[in-house]
Amino acid sequence: MLKTIRPSFLLLIGAALLAGGSAPLWLDAYYLGIFTIAYYFGVFAMSWDLLFGFAGEVNFGPTFLIGLGAYGAGLMNNAGLPIPLCLIGGALVAVIGGIALAVPALRLRGPYFGIVTLVAVLLLLDFIVIFAAQTGGEIGMMVPDVLSVSTEVNYWYAFGFMVIAAIILFGLSRSSLGLILQATGQDRVEAEALGFNVTKHKLAAFSISALFSGLAGAMLTFYEGTASVDQMVDLSIAVQIIIAVVFGGRRTILGGVLGAIFLVLFDELLRPIGQLNTFVVSGVALLVILFLPDGVLGYVLRPREGR
Amino acid sequence: MDAAAPLLEVAGLTKRFGGLVAAKDIGFTIRGGEILGLIGPNGSGKSTVMRLIMGIEKPNAGTIRLEGVDIAGWPTHRIARKGVGIVFQHSRPLNRQTVLENIKLALLPDSLFRLVAEPHVDERARVIAERVGLGAVLDRRPPTLPFADLRRLEMAKALARDPKVVLVDEPFAGLTQSEMAIFSELIDGFRREGRAVLLVDHNVKSVARLVDRVMAMYLGECIAEGSAEEVMQDPTVRRVYIGGEIETHTRPELDEAGGEPLLDIRDVEVLYGKAQALRKVSLHVRAGEFVSVVGLNGAGKTTLFNAISGLVPYSGEIRWQGAGLAGRSAAAIARGGIVQCPETRELFGDLTVRENLDLGGQRLAPEQYEHQLGWLLELFPILRERAGQRARTLSGGEQQMLAIARALMTQPKLLILDEPTLGLAPVILEQLSNALKRLRETTDTTVLLGEQNVTFALPHADRVYLLEHAHVIWEGSAGRFAAEMGTGYL
Repeated sequence: MLKTIRPSFLLLIGAALLAGGSAPLWLDAYYLGIFTIAYYFGVFAMSWDLLFGFAGEVNFGPTFLIGLGAYGAGLMNNAGLPIPLCLIGGALVAVIGGIALAVPALRLRGPYFGIVTLVAVLLLLDFIVIFAAQTGGEIGMMVPDVLSVSTEVNYWYAFGFMVIAAIILFGLSRSSLGLILQATGQDRVEAEALGFNVTKHKLAAFSISALFSGLAGAMLTFYEGTASVDQMVDLSIAVQIIIAVVFGGRRTILGGVLGAIFLVLFDELLRPIGQLNTFVVSGVALLVILFLPDGVLGYVLRPREGR
Repeated sequence: MDAAAPLLEVAGLTKRFGGLVAAKDIGFTIRGGEILGLIGPNGSGKSTVMRLIMGIEKPNAGTIRLEGVDIAGWPTHRIARKGVGIVFQHSRPLNRQTVLENIKLALLPDSLFRLVAEPHVDERARVIAERVGLGAVLDRRPPTLPFADLRRLEMAKALARDPKVVLVDEPFAGLTQSEMAIFSELIDGFRREGRAVLLVDHNVKSVARLVDRVMAMYLGECIAEGSAEEVMQDPTVRRVYIGGEIETHTRPELDEAGGEPLLDIRDVEVLYGKAQALRKVSLHVRAGEFVSVVGLNGAGKTTLFNAISGLVPYSGEIRWQGAGLAGRSAAAIARGGIVQCPETRELFGDLTVRENLDLGGQRLAPEQYEHQLGWLLELFPILRERAGQRARTLSGGEQQMLAIARALMTQPKLLILDEPTLGLAPVILEQLSNALKRLRETTDTTVLLGEQNVTFALPHADRVYLLEHAHVIWEGSAGRFAAEMGTGYL
């Protein structure tokens, strides 16, 4: 269904890739670091959008999946495994944990799925604090290895990962699977009546979301050198992910990256005004959500009728 | 497979929701190339039967055989894959995809790994679109389509699965006469292709020309089966829809008095999305009159009352005591003296009978309040006995009386009663009917009653309006209605 992508949109993507790809040439290390984090954050957001925007399930606990990936990978690294194995391991832990959560939760109707995912985050937080000897508790868990000590190399890792995740997630959203997911999200009964096993498709979406969330969480851990509750598990992070998606544009996948960059970058840029920075960023996000309910990218890409 | 063997065999099908038996021992068969009409008023259980066949609800007992295989209790998607398709009454297409993509969706396999549709899918989707008459709007998105085209899209999606059995829920709801003819032709096409078709509708009339046989349901049970004519003539069916003997007591002098009517409705139209719920409806009610609006479920009665009460936007004019109501809020209209008693009753279930009545009488001065309450407890003696009981625990008939009493507590100038008989047993109907009789005889309250049950609506009515398909097709005195329309109503 490539034909539904307009040339102007491809041009936009091209420009964004060029800007991101050439950033180390014209950005200083400080900003490269900010963008590195924003890219990981963007993957969180895209994974979340697949579940919310397409499968219609509000997952209030994206940080449950991210935390599983981050702490899973961190624990493995502390046990002496090399980084590549830890990344795979972390992602697997997230998928397994995600499925263990989703299989019972997807049986529930209405808002209960969201509530279960919310509780899952609280459970994970408790778990991390109780096993502080292994996990470092609220202080965070140091890992012996890091991806790289070079800001530039770290930027490339994050950028490459984000682009690959975007291609896969965006591709999936435009595939037959994406179409079926949208149908299940919109009207479960009708999708069933068309012969689609709704639970199976939603579980698949959840697994894919868990895979990328977990992998991104694991990579962020090895970028920071620490797996931390504040940056990866806390509910405020989950809220930021949700805001990023709604700001960038629900059901666009790529909008999540836009929203993530906006949130992370402006939070940093406005740091000189002190405590007010989160206030201003949230205020702008709120205005966008109120006046452009489809988000920035959703607004740009909105279907134009009467052509 | 033997061509004469039934495609769908339903036997002993039973479904209970708590204490309510929604379907009781229902059985029927449909052969390939045959159309069965399943009719019944609201709450008769016909939709439940359809949902049971599709697996949306699981039956408590009974078998549903599709080509000999019992599919009762299977998950919906397996039943769909096995060859049952459904055309929903309300469509919720994917609004961001085109019509073509919506049809393609229905052609996709239930697979997680086939990411790109096979090439023949596109071609088949186009053929199906052409067949249901969507060929010209393939690249449009559903929100821009007229209502009939959305129904066509539902038809196309059901067809795409090439079902052996097609279930169609209220095929003609919201369609114009000419659109109805086109949809009849489409459904007839299902028959020619050898599919077994189940049409679910409120009344026989709309499906009579299309169906081979009809089964009528009431309160979860099958009450008649046979050809459309036989079912229309069946005494039980007539009693359910029309009621028994019709008596009338009209007071023509009230309308002949002339002058500005209390309520004057002129050319009112209402659209629900794209479905036309009311078309050029004009009606008037004079002070002290009892006017009945009769019509089958879905004819537009509730919509009309909601328009009067300011609950739905409309075009045209509604005048109350000589002044237009347009632009006034629902609350202002209610304060102006128009009080609606909705068919859903809307009681405060956790409050007692007395508390419900107190809420109705909030605005009255203490002595007025005492007087009004005394009068109402006189009118509905049962409410006196039940005064301390929670509204939720009352029987259906008692709840209806409480709803009416609560509405009367506000001392309305016009009382609108929407389908008060809904779901009530015959013996309760009589009690309710007696209460209305006393209301009419002992007070000068003006009443506008919406009813499907003509026997209930006529005895008290001075004048009658008949609504059919969103339009007033007959008006006159209750006496004339009984003489002229008694037979043509179903």
